[in-house]
Amino acid sequence: MKVLVPVKRVLDYNVKVPVKSDQSGVDLANVKMSMNPFDEISVEQAVRMQESGEATETIVVSIGPDKAQETIRTALAMGIDRGIHVKTDAEVEPLAVAKILKAIVEGENPDLVILGKQAIDDDSNQTGQMLGALLDWPQATFANTMVKDGDSLTVGREVDGGIQTVKVSLPAIVTTDLRLNEPRYASLPNIMKAKRKTIEAKTPEDYGVDITPRLTTIKVSEPAGRTAGVKVADAAELVAKLKDEGVF
Amino acid sequence: MAILVVAEHDNENIKDSTHKTVTAALALGGDVDILVAGKGVKDVSAQAAKITGIRKVIACDHVSLKRQLAEAMQEVIVPLMDGYDAILAPDTTTGKNFMPRIAAKLDVMQISSITGVESADTFVRPIYAGNAMATVKSSDGKKVITVRPTAFAAAAEDGNASVDVIADPSGTLKSEFVSEELSKSDRPELTAAKIVISGGRGMGSGENFAIIEKVADQLGAAVGASRAAVDAGFVPNDYQVGQTGKVVAPELYIAVGISGAIQHLAGMKDSKVIVAINKDEDAPIFQVADYGWVADLFTAVPELEAELAKQAKPY
Ligand SMILES: Cc1cc2nc3c(=O)[nH]c(=O)nc-3n(C[C@H](O)[C@H](O)[C@H](O)COP(=O)(O)OP(=O)(O)OC[C@H]3O[C@@H](n4cnc5c(N)ncnc54)[C@H](O)[C@@H]3O)c2cc1C
Ligand SMILES: Nc1ncnc2c1ncn2[C@@H]1O[C@H](COP(=O)(O)O)[C@@H](O)[C@H]1O
Repeated sequence: MKVLVPVKRVLDYNVKVPVKSDQSGVDLANVKMSMNPFDEISVEQAVRMQESGEATETIVVSIGPDKAQETIRTALAMGIDRGIHVKTDAEVEPLAVAKILKAIVEGENPDLVILGKQAIDDDSNQTGQMLGALLDWPQATFANTMVKDGDSLTVGREVDGGIQTVKVSLPAIVTTDLRLNEPRYASLPNIMKAKRKTIEAKTPEDYGVDITPRLTTIKVSEPAGRTAGVKVADAAELVAKLKDEGVF
Repeated sequence: MAILVVAEHDNENIKDSTHKTVTAALALGGDVDILVAGKGVKDVSAQAAKITGIRKVIACDHVSLKRQLAEAMQEVIVPLMDGYDAILAPDTTTGKNFMPRIAAKLDVMQISSITGVESADTFVRPIYAGNAMATVKSSDGKKVITVRPTAFAAAAEDGNASVDVIADPSGTLKSEFVSEELSKSDRPELTAAKIVISGGRGMGSGENFAIIEKVADQLGAAVGASRAAVDAGFVPNDYQVGQTGKVVAPELYIAVGISGAIQHLAGMKDSKVIVAINKDEDAPIFQVADYGWVADLFTAVPELEAELAKQAKPY
């Protein structure tokens, strides 16, 4: 089975979000960028499937600027076989990402595409589901367990009420949730080895996909802030304050 | 403009998030219909028909829709969209699962988790775990939108709309429901509760959550948790509040043994009053707390319980 893993380079989750003062967006120059945390989980899953013999080939793809190659290298160092870099300096919306991924799927014919459930920059939570619709493949989103049996996958999904288990026939789309696995750190020898793995260079035009955005950002502003309140010394004081607030 | 709202329900009861989504839909301006797709949805359709301000209810009753899996929802909704300019659903795990499939089939870019409607094509939505608010304008012919329920008031229930039953969906499905393990609780639902008390890694174990549960029961509160507490196995996944868990905005949120990482704040910082109990006075949670109590939770929480016990009920 061949597995495709799309990964996105995003602002590191530990970095304070630098909203531009002119409200035109978020300033990503000179800040730490990393692989989207959910995508690390997808990469880990694909590598584990290869280690257990379930996957025969693993491919990572990232759509983004030159620097996205670093993110691809990280995935290769974790154990993915080869990479595809679709280069663009434009911001690519989930719909356009899904269209590019569809074209890649049609060329590579994977049996499974594992995406993150959401990119922590745009918080869209769309791309995997869109790709599923474009390919007419079934999907299992928000996966926290995943077992292959024959031509299908049984996936435990994190839903609002608890865990829901679904069975999807392959080929299929899976999107990962936080508790599916714990991603490994790449070892130094594997980082060295990853330097020799191939990354194919592509552009959105190669796939005939129009990436013109459908949404125009009018402004990006800081959220209404909260300020630190007062400290209380004991339960009696706290309960008195809360009664004054009228919350109970 | 004709707008379709997809109802959130469990085949028995309609969920409050539907009423909130209707409020967002009405803000777009136009005729709002509600789709109830499920199995045995007569009661839910009748409940939907009461929601104030809607034109009609469309009911689709089929075994394939019992769990509202994405592929089945797509079969029902995509053909209906010929007659609509916009579709909205709550950004619950159900809505998040099927809505992008509709968007892709219609070739439009979904607008996820809106918290504000500026006009029929311009919306406000949080990005970067709510650390920035983006105002975006859609150029697509049809709008596909998920709505963050906590950002909208619930529509009232004094309507009396008609219910149209539509034909069964077609198409063969490549996904099937296997089983469900739902957390059972007599406490209110996390996203609907007026008071939420959450525990973090500081709780130390699942057993220790008992001290929080006692206070929750005194206050009629729901119990939540940080990701660290869920990852450590103290409580089930559906307790998680945050960027990638549930978003809550109760009257009162009490954070116990939670440091206040931005991913956690993303899920609770719109609460009306925030209380934090933490032994580390530098914990970031105190920067958003209206009332901070620097104390060891294992003495503070029982003390709070004793104090509440002294008060006249109901709180
Ligand atoms: C992609 C991504 C998504 C995430 N999504 C979420 C999310 O949705 N929700 C979420 O919550 N997190 C999320 N996180 C995790 C987040 O970054 C933090 O790691 C997490 O919130 C920390 O949980 P915590 O505050 O319980 O634990 P810690 O940060 O370890 O804090 C524990 C706190 O307990 C206090 N404490 C310990 N013992 C006591 C005691 N006896 N009495 C009083 N206080 C005590 C400590 O002082 C400390 O402040 C996400 C992270 C990533 C990377
Ligand atoms: N530019 C991109 N390149 C590769 N994969 C992406 C890109 N954008 C999104 N994805 C994938 O889609 C998932 C969900 O992203 P989103 O729909 O933007 O929240 C991510 O976790 C990635 O797996």
